[in-house]
Amino acid sequence: MSITYLEAIREAQAHALRDDPRVFIYGQDVGAFGGAFKATKNLAKEFPGRVLDSPISEDAMVGLAVGAAIEGMRPIIEMQFADFSTVGFNQIVNQAATLFWRTNVPCPITVRLPFGGTSGSGPFHSQCIEAIYAHYPGLVVLTPATVEDAYSMLLEAVAIDDPVIFCEHKFLYYHLKAEKLPDEALPIGKARIAREGRDLTIVTYSAMVHEALEAATELATEGWELEVVDLRSVKPLDTDTVMASAARTGRLLCVGEAWPWGGVTAEIIARVTSEGYGLLDAPPQRLNAKDTPVPYHPNLWTAHRPTARSVAAAARNLLRQ
Amino acid sequence: MLQTVHEPRRAEPPAMSRDTCLAAFRFMLLARVLDDKFAALYRAGKIHGGVFLGRGQEALSAAIGVSLKKSDIFAPLIRDAAGRLAFGEPVIDAVRTYLGSALGPMRGRDGNVHRGRPQEGYLPMVSHLGAMISVVNGALFARKLKNISGTVGATCIGDGATSTGAFHEALNQAAVERLPLILVVANNQYAYSTPTSFQFACHDLADKAVGYGVESQSVDGTDVAACLETVGSAVARAREGGGPQLIVATLLRLCGHGEHDDAGYVDPRLKTSPIGRDCLKVAEELLLREGWMNATQLAALRNELVHEVEEAVAKVQREPAPDPFIEEWCAISTEHLNEGHE
Repeated sequence: MSITYLEAIREAQAHALRDDPRVFIYGQDVGAFGGAFKATKNLAKEFPGRVLDSPISEDAMVGLAVGAAIEGMRPIIEMQFADFSTVGFNQIVNQAATLFWRTNVPCPITVRLPFGGTSGSGPFHSQCIEAIYAHYPGLVVLTPATVEDAYSMLLEAVAIDDPVIFCEHKFLYYHLKAEKLPDEALPIGKARIAREGRDLTIVTYSAMVHEALEAATELATEGWELEVVDLRSVKPLDTDTVMASAARTGRLLCVGEAWPWGGVTAEIIARVTSEGYGLLDAPPQRLNAKDTPVPYHPNLWTAHRPTARSVAAAARNLLRQ
Repeated sequence: MLQTVHEPRRAEPPAMSRDTCLAAFRFMLLARVLDDKFAALYRAGKIHGGVFLGRGQEALSAAIGVSLKKSDIFAPLIRDAAGRLAFGEPVIDAVRTYLGSALGPMRGRDGNVHRGRPQEGYLPMVSHLGAMISVVNGALFARKLKNISGTVGATCIGDGATSTGAFHEALNQAAVERLPLILVVANNQYAYSTPTSFQFACHDLADKAVGYGVESQSVDGTDVAACLETVGSAVARAREGGGPQLIVATLLRLCGHGEHDDAGYVDPRLKTSPIGRDCLKVAEELLLREGWMNATQLAALRNELVHEVEEAVAKVQREPAPDPFIEEWCAISTEHLNEGHE
């Protein structure tokens, strides 16, 4: 038996619905249809009245979740694509993210964002916008890279009392598989060493973890041992694990699928250079997508985002310094 | 034909009970006294940031507050001092929020009209117009999921907020889910300085309701008896399962957008028109005419309320201000997930 990343997300939601009567799911096509990606397949049937179709109204979807959370519920909102969450942006960053700070009343909502590029998806179904949400105080932003994390982190997202932006990568939905669902997991806020190495640290998250691991395998054939840190959550950011790894290797390469201006990779470099400048043997580097909308054609798309090949090339350059 | 349906109503005073009218009037007057005090404190430089008054909107606002039960949901907007008080907000909550007291419900973290007690169904507004409507929907939706029936949720917006996407999304959402929402639009003729001619092109804002499949009523917002009748019956319909109710009240903002604004742009013809009447004066005349209060009682009530407000202000002025050195600086409730990154 094996389970995919997408199935793990479905199972986590089933688990949450089963365990906690306060949980409900609200989003476009999530009911009888089971969601655009089938992340809520059969849940409406299994949990009648608790998995509900919404109108195409991202603003009102999130607003409704906030109101329900105030009344003690634990809503899960599915955005059909992360890209469309910008239509509900105001409710996320100004309503959900400020409620606890302003009133001492927590806002336990989970907003699921199917995000990231897949071939042929183009400018409006591919975006990586985790950094925009991480920029706002009051939100927890999660970016699981594995089937196990997709499951355990979604369960934890629903359980915690704060608004969570759950960035689930569409590229990992179908091809990433695990033997079984985990019984235990690292808590939110802790990064994971996905591969140990002594020569260079790659810090990354979500789908880019797998590109980094592939690059590390390739460079191992050339005699280099690369360490890969999977952030798991971009907010909070586990600076300690990143610093410790950078201290071990002396070289830091940050990889993100998001656009280059600001963002998670810039944040990591800012933290490591200001707090651990002396740990580095070479200037820290970052590799991101190009600063254009995400292209449609596969030839353009594979050149737009970092891949194992471009990560390996960036690592080689940094190792030569 | 629609025009006739939506003609502002003038309810006949005797239809309204004496007690309800008197209750609403008390909150109207208290709100006016409180607002006048905030304006004075603003001019004296005692308030940080803006001051936003409900002058001219007290009748409508009080009618909402007195029509709701304590177990209902209420999300007021900036000109709803009267409705807030009528819903049960203590005067001191308002004063503490305006003066930034550490002891207030917002603890100096938010101020002026951004106040509430969410766990008591009294939702604190954000500044983004129309954004509270779907939050009220969510609270009502939660109650539906929990099989709690018989409660309603009311929220207020102005003519300007009817132009937002949030208004459209949320009213449609309430209609689709048939939620007991009472959405009250105070058409006070100006959104900050923008007249209604630049805000919408329909004949009457109440006409929008038919497009959403919800019921609507228009009312003369200067007439407290009419407001009580219209709001009260809409609340009753929603409570009985009649679905969302849109109310459009016509009135004139008798102040600037905020106290920083002299409102020189207001058309003088509006001020002398029937919608420019001061609802508080209209209400006083009603009470005197009906013999529900006499001039002496009115003066005594005003004195009592002035005293109540002065006492609250004096108390709050002696209270501690928020201290940045003991502030937790943590925007999430799960403390171990706070970044604490400087």
